[in-house]
Amino acid sequence: MDFEQKISRNKPTFFKEHQEAIYKSLEDKHATIEIDKSDPLATRMTLNMGPQHPATHGVLRVLMELDGEMITKCRLDTGYLHRGIEKMAENKTYQEFMPYTDRMDYLSPYSNNVAFCMAVERITHITIPERASYIRMICCELARISSHLLWLGTLVMDAGAISYFIWTFREREKIYDIFDEVAGHRFTVSHSRIGGLTSDLTPTSIEKIRKFVRKFPDELKGWHKLLDRNRIFVERNEGIGTIGHEDAIDTGLAGPSLRATGIAYDIRKFEPYLHYDQIDFEVPTRTEGDNLARYYCRMEEMAESIRIIEQCFRKMPQKGPIRVDDAKKSYPSKDEVYYSMEGLIHDFMMTDTGVCPPAGAESYHAIEAPKGELGFYIQSDGTGHPWRLKIKSPSFSNLQGLETILDGEMIADTVVIIGGMDPVMGDSDK
Amino acid sequence: MSSKIKNTSLNGIQEFLGDDLLEVYEEYCYPLLRINRNRLHETCRFMKDKLHFIYLNDVFGADRFTSEDRFEVFYHMISLRDQQRFFLKVYVDEEQPVLPTVTDIWKSANWNEREVYDMFGIRFNGHPDLRRIFLPEDFKYFPLRKEFPLLGVPGSLELPNTTPDHD
Repeated sequence: MDFEQKISRNKPTFFKEHQEAIYKSLEDKHATIEIDKSDPLATRMTLNMGPQHPATHGVLRVLMELDGEMITKCRLDTGYLHRGIEKMAENKTYQEFMPYTDRMDYLSPYSNNVAFCMAVERITHITIPERASYIRMICCELARISSHLLWLGTLVMDAGAISYFIWTFREREKIYDIFDEVAGHRFTVSHSRIGGLTSDLTPTSIEKIRKFVRKFPDELKGWHKLLDRNRIFVERNEGIGTIGHEDAIDTGLAGPSLRATGIAYDIRKFEPYLHYDQIDFEVPTRTEGDNLARYYCRMEEMAESIRIIEQCFRKMPQKGPIRVDDAKKSYPSKDEVYYSMEGLIHDFMMTDTGVCPPAGAESYHAIEAPKGELGFYIQSDGTGHPWRLKIKSPSFSNLQGLETILDGEMIADTVVIIGGMDPVMGDSDK
Repeated sequence: MSSKIKNTSLNGIQEFLGDDLLEVYEEYCYPLLRINRNRLHETCRFMKDKLHFIYLNDVFGADRFTSEDRFEVFYHMISLRDQQRFFLKVYVDEEQPVLPTVTDIWKSANWNEREVYDMFGIRFNGHPDLRRIFLPEDFKYFPLRKEFPLLGVPGSLELPNTTPDHD
């Protein structure tokens, strides 16, 4: 745009000092305004939001062309959190790469670990023990609840209620404590191993999970009571960010955002992995496709997750191995490593080379992560490193849909819509 | 995934493509078909219109690091009706890394094709907005090509000043 065409901030037409001050303060907030002079009422402008903005949930940058309060066009600028995870994967053994997956969707690290391990297990033909499958399912569902809790807290905070965030975080804190007990880490758990898990559930952790499962539905009920008929919340979300099911498929939305338009696409039903085919659960869907529908979908998903965990506890074998007992496929147990020579050698070989899929093998495996389909495509050249590892991340798909959804919305709703889509930049930017 | 429907779809593609279906790889659950790159666009159109693959999940590239047909580009599509997942792949030559875009068939190809361009430098003819997606436009390399060093190229990007007062 030509500099002369704009009303420059050096020569404002009215309230000179006020204008200057407000432009300056906007600039300090990483937002700049450009007003088109050919437009006499000055209703058209370009607004830049982010990347350092508390409401964009990370480092998302949104460039909007506004007509008054309406967004006519918008562009998302991603890549501020690009760390080149796929490049790093090509230079690491499979097990070495696993902790990196924690840092992708950092709100549900357990799902990422499981997704990656299952992709490697598929390409190397490893079947994990039954108890390990159930523990993975329990922890994946806990991770889903944990991720949805953060989404709920921030969505309601974006809509104006700050204290809500603290309540959902109180529950998240309990899940952190569970993961601390299960895996030894609160946040980046890295509990899964190729071929199973690193450790079994301790009696304390089982007790903690059971207690959480008992108490959580009441909390959920209270939240429903507070929000479902809350006039401010409903009016901020109903009919906002609407997308139809055809557009949703065309733009490739994933996870709860897709299910809120009426498409019951859930990998747990679509192509069941682990033991999801033996569990009785529903896939919550809505047909409205707006932000409120996404809210209901995720809330119901949390209730379903609790149901899944309860059933897993009933079906889980009480005792059993948690890792494949094959030194060529998985790490030996610590007992073997410390007290036998073979164990030490196998441990060294697993760390040095790791599992080697057959040369030329290519496979894909996806799981239903909290935000949608998380898949890993692995191409192997027969060594312990992947030749190419492609991550299909749900946030990337959802952000692409966001670009379509934001068109024609009001500027004030941007924040709520971003909150409702629940993107995580670590996942999207890889 | 029902294998009967899968075979029907496979036969349909085979009939449509004839000799242009170069390779079928079916070892791991999902069929992976390598096709002639000249027929990529019409095959994608056929997959969507005739076989109901309405959901394009992903488009991604890979570097084979060979002297000819160096790159490959994968199209990962899903039929929600038949509960199926198919992968198409085409080889792309290093000398002329150009493919037709599929954004006119599936809108979701937009960002994924931009990612392939960003990482491998494969251009898509007819793409509405072919910019880099993760890296800035000033960056002149394609990082997922095998010759790109893991530690990056020093000085390839101008970094902002660390002192706040500096202009």
